[in-house]
Amino acid sequence: MTKTMPRDVHAYLAEFEDIPGTRVFTANRARKGYHLNQFAMSLMKAENRERFLADERTYLDEWPMTEEAKQAVLKRDYNAMIDEGGNIYFLSKLFSTDRQSFQDAAGSMTGMTKDEYAAMMIAGGRSPEGVRSKKEGK
Amino acid sequence: MARITHGLTTSHIPAIAAMIDQGRTGEDYWKPIFAGYDWTKQYVAANMPDVVILVYNDHASAFDMKVIPTFAIGCADEFQPADEGWGPRPVPPVPGHSDLAWHIAQSCILDEFDITIINEMDVDHGLTVPLDVVFGNKDNSTPAKWPTRVIPIAVNVVTYPPPSGNRCWMLGEAIARAVESYPEDLNVHIWGTGGMSHQLQGPRAGLINKEWDKRFLDDLTRDPQRLRHLPHIEYLRETGSEGIEMVMWLIMRGALGENVTELHRHYHVPCSNTALGHIVLKKEEDELVPAE
Repeated sequence: MTKTMPRDVHAYLAEFEDIPGTRVFTANRARKGYHLNQFAMSLMKAENRERFLADERTYLDEWPMTEEAKQAVLKRDYNAMIDEGGNIYFLSKLFSTDRQSFQDAAGSMTGMTKDEYAAMMIAGGRSPEGVRSKKEGK
Repeated sequence: MARITHGLTTSHIPAIAAMIDQGRTGEDYWKPIFAGYDWTKQYVAANMPDVVILVYNDHASAFDMKVIPTFAIGCADEFQPADEGWGPRPVPPVPGHSDLAWHIAQSCILDEFDITIINEMDVDHGLTVPLDVVFGNKDNSTPAKWPTRVIPIAVNVVTYPPPSGNRCWMLGEAIARAVESYPEDLNVHIWGTGGMSHQLQGPRAGLINKEWDKRFLDDLTRDPQRLRHLPHIEYLRETGSEGIEMVMWLIMRGALGENVTELHRHYHVPCSNTALGHIVLKKEEDELVPAE
């Protein structure tokens, strides 16, 4: 059988930490963010969206999430939510509930304004030059 | 006998769905994105498949954190559009092909591919956007009903590790063997969806690598064996964290066999956060070895 990737899970996972500005959804993150992500999934029902928007804090308190995760949700700080183990496809239920587009939600994590991010995308997107590897700086 | 005749790939960007649903496909930003599918719409209408095996990833819609199948096959008679937070898309239910799907599931398991059988699931933009861009009306609106049956193959590319490119390729080969052993005479397409470069999270969001994407498209015909052996880390470094979706294209490519012809290609940057890529491949018969 052809070997195409590290078969050792430690070696496989270690490589991900070398990518700048990126948090890969590994088992550690999936475990940490379990309830945050399941909270986000609950927003796939219209009645839950209504109840959440009417009183966000009360709704969040129904979930066994950390206070950090709850604060990140209340502030709509998507980088902080990902730090708490959130995954963007789960979190998309939250920004969709807010009627925010995927482009604006993704752009909110870059430190750029909505217009700056949109202009970067129109100009061809972010170049991979310099953001492939922390170690190698290329 | 059923046979796979074509492979097709396309990105499945959710903003495309939003524009279709809001009737905004004629806006300047979106015009070239939809125009790149005009050729495909005509060609596929003239060569209508009986069944599309549609490889996609569920974006935390049918599957949440409770159950994470690496490969799953939809065996239902019908699939409803999922509510991804905006309410379900106003698109018709997707007709399945339960008998062929169960045949593929059973054949793959006997072929040592232990795929998860799903009898009820809603399908999200990952499945409905490809149907829209290929089967949409001339004005890009969604048809009143889908013109063919669809067998969803859902691949986990969200929770790590996703399957390797090589494993995806081998699943494609197993699916092709399964289809060829189905007695009914059916014209079957296999579609790989998702990609191309995109990163939807963190300070590196918005990454696009046109050179890498172009080589990937070229090598679907020129050097598919190279693609089969790309490690995950290369997709992530070069094409962004969500570029990993391209492993799903290799299920399509593995199912087509050695000889394919590229019929059509469409590549456009940007489509929301993403480099849109679309290609249509025709399976050519394997060259006959003359009898001695």
